Amino acid sequence: MALLDVCGISDWVKEDTFSAQKASVDRVNHFNFAAREPELAVPIGVDPAEFLKPFTDCEDGVEGVTIKLEHGTTTLAFKFQHGVMVAVDSRASAGAYVSTQMFKKVIEINPYLLGTMSGSAADCVYWERVLARECRIYKLRNKERISVSAASKLLANMVANYRGMGLSMGTMICGWDKKGPGLYYVDDNGLRLSGNMFSTGSGNSYAYGVMDSGYRYDLTVPEAYDLAQRAIFHATHRDAYSGGTVNMYHMQETGWIKVSQEDVGELYHRFAAEKK
Amino acid sequence: MISARAYGDNGKMKEYHYTGPVEHKFSPYAFNGGTVLAVAGEDFALVASDTRLSEGYSIHSRDSPKCYKLTDTTVIGCSGFHGDCLTLTKIIEARLKMYKHSNNKSMTSGAIAAMLSTILYGKRFFPYYVYNIIGGLDEEGRGAVYSFDPVGSYQRDTYKAGGSASAMLQPLLDNQIGFKNMENVEQLPLTLEKAVQLVKDVFISAAERDVYTGDALKICIITKEGIREEIVPLRKD
Repeated sequence: MALLDVCGISDWVKEDTFSAQKASVDRVNHFNFAAREPELAVPIGVDPAEFLKPFTDCEDGVEGVTIKLEHGTTTLAFKFQHGVMVAVDSRASAGAYVSTQMFKKVIEINPYLLGTMSGSAADCVYWERVLARECRIYKLRNKERISVSAASKLLANMVANYRGMGLSMGTMICGWDKKGPGLYYVDDNGLRLSGNMFSTGSGNSYAYGVMDSGYRYDLTVPEAYDLAQRAIFHATHRDAYSGGTVNMYHMQETGWIKVSQEDVGELYHRFAAEKK
Repeated sequence: MISARAYGDNGKMKEYHYTGPVEHKFSPYAFNGGTVLAVAGEDFALVASDTRLSEGYSIHSRDSPKCYKLTDTTVIGCSGFHGDCLTLTKIIEARLKMYKHSNNKSMTSGAIAAMLSTILYGKRFFPYYVYNIIGGLDEEGRGAVYSFDPVGSYQRDTYKAGGSASAMLQPLLDNQIGFKNMENVEQLPLTLEKAVQLVKDVFISAAERDVYTGDALKICIITKEGIREEIVPLRKD
């Protein structure tokens, strides 16, 4: 409608939902290269999740072609009296091969918001960068920082559009806003939960065990650091897809601080020495 | 020589059963082999690749290098499916030109890496079957290496190997450049001469044990003076 375009209102109606009809044509064309509007290409006429399965899931792939995407993690976060503790490991594996032992699984969205990543590395990195951009735009438009609740809702709604297409993402959005410390779990199905303690990834059950046995709301700061570090360490010890280093962040009222980054091998010797 | 797998566990030949007509689905991908390696130093970066292009049991070409020069300070190495490598480099070069025309300056290595991540993710549901490694100098003149997975997950590294022999090269680099699993060793910074010699040695070893790597090695050496190339022959068998 011409009047709608002149008023600029057509911008408000954003076409970022998945529509099967439009997706039947490969929209990422080679003339604008998705430079202005980000576009995701979808294979024509096939279910995207089924299309990739023979290449990613089977050991030998299809005629020797195996596309192994980077995966795997243990991450955790919990609220306590002095804010929110966030701890992650740093291993990224592609199938059985360890791609890197130093992957950054915490994205620093702004000085008061952190996002953790688990599941498929590319999905998490991309969608959390899009989230960081949306948070920045919110701040510019509204002259105040976005709340943790709103940020997590934005992310949940973005990925819900791609439900069933094979995304794999389990993330925790942690921050400090006007309501105090905030912690939300968001996953690739669009599930969004608020809570006091979460752990995600292939090693999450090991981390829950250690966290649950030592957690109290009134932990002191050094005790909380120690608990978070131990939980990740024990998960890396038992889960093959977690390892590398333990990266810890502490979300305080004045913003987040990076507490430490310690190699799991060093931690093993330190804890073993304590036992004696 | 037929490997032992054709024989069953008890030493007899495996029995073949006629399973009926088998439908072979068209696969949009092929594996063309090749190995790429990048190393970042204090004021230099190296991107090296072999030049063999294979498919199945055949070699299509012995002179198909996998390093592509993007700007005066950045080189990208792409291995995997050659068709996707060519298209991807074309798209990157087009985007570089668009950036140059709109912003009146060349893209920095970090910016190219971030852009490549979004280009790759744009095909999340029908990926480019390419393992990319970008090597170049950052804005401060220090060496930078960025390694990618096929759908755009990336990291800045000091060194990285990708492609068919990556699993053989990476542990050796971890030991020699990262000093992993070494005790009481003096950790000297990597000089350009030592890095080039290490890359040559490492590829010679890879050519011995990986069928898809060989023929010749092309090293692109990126310093503030520009990009220099060296070609070293490898085993051709």
